[in-house]
Amino acid sequence: MMNAMINNVSVEVEDGLTILEAARKYNINIPTLCHYPELHINSDCRICSVEIDGRKGLKTACSTPIKDGMNIITNSPRVLNARKTITELILANHDANCTACTRNLNCELQSLAKNLGIDINRFPSVLERKPLDLLNPSLVRNSNRCIKCGRCVDVCKNVQAMHVLETMHRGHEMTVGPAFDEPLNDQTCTFCGQCANVCPVGAIMEKDNTDVVWEKLHDPSVYVMVQIAPAVRVAIGETLDHENGLISNGKLVSALRHLGFDHIYDTNFTADLTIMEEGTELIDRIMNGGVLPMMTSCCPGWINFAEQRHPNIIDHISSCKSPQQMFGTLAKTYYADKSNIDSRDIYVVSVMPCTAKKYEATRKEFRSFYDIPDVDIVLTTRELSKMFRQMGVDFDLIKEEPFDNPFGITTGAAQLFGASGGVMEAALRTVYEIVNKKPLVDINFESVRGLQGIKEATVDLGGKEIKVAVSNGLANTKTLVEQIEAGTSPYTFIEIMACPGGCIGGGGQPYGTTNDVREARLASTYFIDEEMVCRKSHENEMILALYEDYLDEPNSEQAHHLLHTYYEARK
Amino acid sequence: MQIIDVLKKYPASQTSLLEILLEIDRLKDNHYISKEEVHMISEYLGVRTSHVYSVLTFYTLLSTEPRGKHIIQVCKDIPCYVNDAFDVRKTLEKMLNMSVGQTSRDGLFTLEETACIGCCDEAPAMLIDLEPYTNLTRDKIERILASYREVTL
Ligand code: SF4
Ligand code: SF4
Repeated sequence: MMNAMINNVSVEVEDGLTILEAARKYNINIPTLCHYPELHINSDCRICSVEIDGRKGLKTACSTPIKDGMNIITNSPRVLNARKTITELILANHDANCTACTRNLNCELQSLAKNLGIDINRFPSVLERKPLDLLNPSLVRNSNRCIKCGRCVDVCKNVQAMHVLETMHRGHEMTVGPAFDEPLNDQTCTFCGQCANVCPVGAIMEKDNTDVVWEKLHDPSVYVMVQIAPAVRVAIGETLDHENGLISNGKLVSALRHLGFDHIYDTNFTADLTIMEEGTELIDRIMNGGVLPMMTSCCPGWINFAEQRHPNIIDHISSCKSPQQMFGTLAKTYYADKSNIDSRDIYVVSVMPCTAKKYEATRKEFRSFYDIPDVDIVLTTRELSKMFRQMGVDFDLIKEEPFDNPFGITTGAAQLFGASGGVMEAALRTVYEIVNKKPLVDINFESVRGLQGIKEATVDLGGKEIKVAVSNGLANTKTLVEQIEAGTSPYTFIEIMACPGGCIGGGGQPYGTTNDVREARLASTYFIDEEMVCRKSHENEMILALYEDYLDEPNSEQAHHLLHTYYEARK
Repeated sequence: MQIIDVLKKYPASQTSLLEILLEIDRLKDNHYISKEEVHMISEYLGVRTSHVYSVLTFYTLLSTEPRGKHIIQVCKDIPCYVNDAFDVRKTLEKMLNMSVGQTSRDGLFTLEETACIGCCDEAPAMLIDLEPYTNLTRDKIERILASYREVTL
């Protein structure tokens, strides 16, 4: 423990804290801008500058360790003036047309300027406008708004091991972006969107598709159906002044109906279907000497990573389409058949926690008819929240209603798809019972839950112990992939999610996704699972009926034709 | 020498990057690192192109655009500035008929500014291809440029 003074308040804190951490313990607010929990401290912006008695110059609170006997002032006129000047200089090189930015009222630079009382900028704008990168379906890069905080570089390089983004040039000419300032789709970018999620301003954002969805909703000749992913419901409340992130299925359905969707379905339904297909594929690979370890295929960020960087392990990836794409296929085939609607008149919207899903929906493999995508358009959690705000939906007043059928009855297992380890847990619940022909005693696989980067478990399948692993974040994934390449992987089945924490921490989720927030979203996920009557995919009556009616049986010819896909090396 | 031969002289580790960049730059008459070379280097070292590009654009010694056969770098820091009976940069611009950042039409010279080159005691100073020239006067610059022209002729 050590004692110091901050703003004449004596503080006692444990050793090894920075001034910023110590101050926060005592509710002393030191503003920050480039700082982000869980990322490296690079003290680039110097907004957190403070004065320390006896030390020359201002020191950055985020990177300076607090020492015994230090006397720190966080709010002297000198400090306040420095912060103001820095912010004004940043604003002078920033496209500060705030009302024409999606981050308006949800922007860290804007809040900082407001809190520092900057009403007028003493410096004239020196912004040299550069064109936007609009060339991929997932993300838009607008470097006119970039404040060079370096967060995106850190997350892309260290958390995702992708290193697409870097700082270029130096001094006042420094910029941030891919090599040669090329568009993202010329680089091997996974479109995971982690860069967009941590950007404090609107310099990297999802490609906004809300306009086209509104247009379709107002077109009476189109059946507009929506599917909503498990991770969206545990987070979207954060953006809607709701008491926590979780919004109940009932309220979500009702709010979506309010927006004008004709049919409201649950991606959890096709998550259950994925378990049937993927579980059966795993059993088949184990029994018949197929390629092992088998790896999950529902995360498009991971698929991009594998196809671009590790094409030699493609055979390990399950051939199952993702739940989003299984839904799209069923909508345009099964549903169109059953309801006698031309598939061209059905418009499928997905709401996903993910920016890579926008790209996934455009892949050429995912077109059943007429070269029209099975999933027509993908919205992120943030975009759906925008539509709710545009429509003025009040979640306190809204009534509860159930999802529509045939894709509305789901299980607790399916909800787990939102969490890292969830696909594994859902698959094990099913595979165990099918292979061992007896019910699981404890269906909770605690060892694959939580935010740890790589998790392991051992399961008894038909008297044989198999090892499974789960990774989240691509840097962790790389470790597991390199084991396979070296021929030393001890696992039979591996679940991979590109984003830290899994989809609940997806690139399209509400801003401010820190580990505390991830934990809260995970807690909601497991809460929903516990509350469900049916918690195993193979016990979902509607899924069994779908096989009976249309798909024959898991991995049948028909199921393969509709629900499976392939991967190929890409540059 | 081929680029690949340059690469093979160095261990395939990130720490070789700067030396490789400098050697390729020295090797080429037009002193720059092309996009293809960035890709080759990144493949050889097993680092991302973004990293190579970041290092390449950080150092003013290096360039991503073709430059002249000789690179003239004028110190823009204080000692050279205050010691300056005349303006070295402007003089050079006039003599070469171009501004800082440009390459002369004959492809012989590129004019650049640099931070302090450590010759403050003999300011004003400039570097040509990393060779320092100090205590500059107008005449001296004239003679230096002429000597480079002659060698090339
Ligand atoms: S989307 Fe992911 S891989 Fe692409 S630049 Fe952003 S963080 Fe890097
Ligand atoms: S794009 Fe955003 S996160 Fe990246 S450096 Fe610029 S402001 Fe920071």
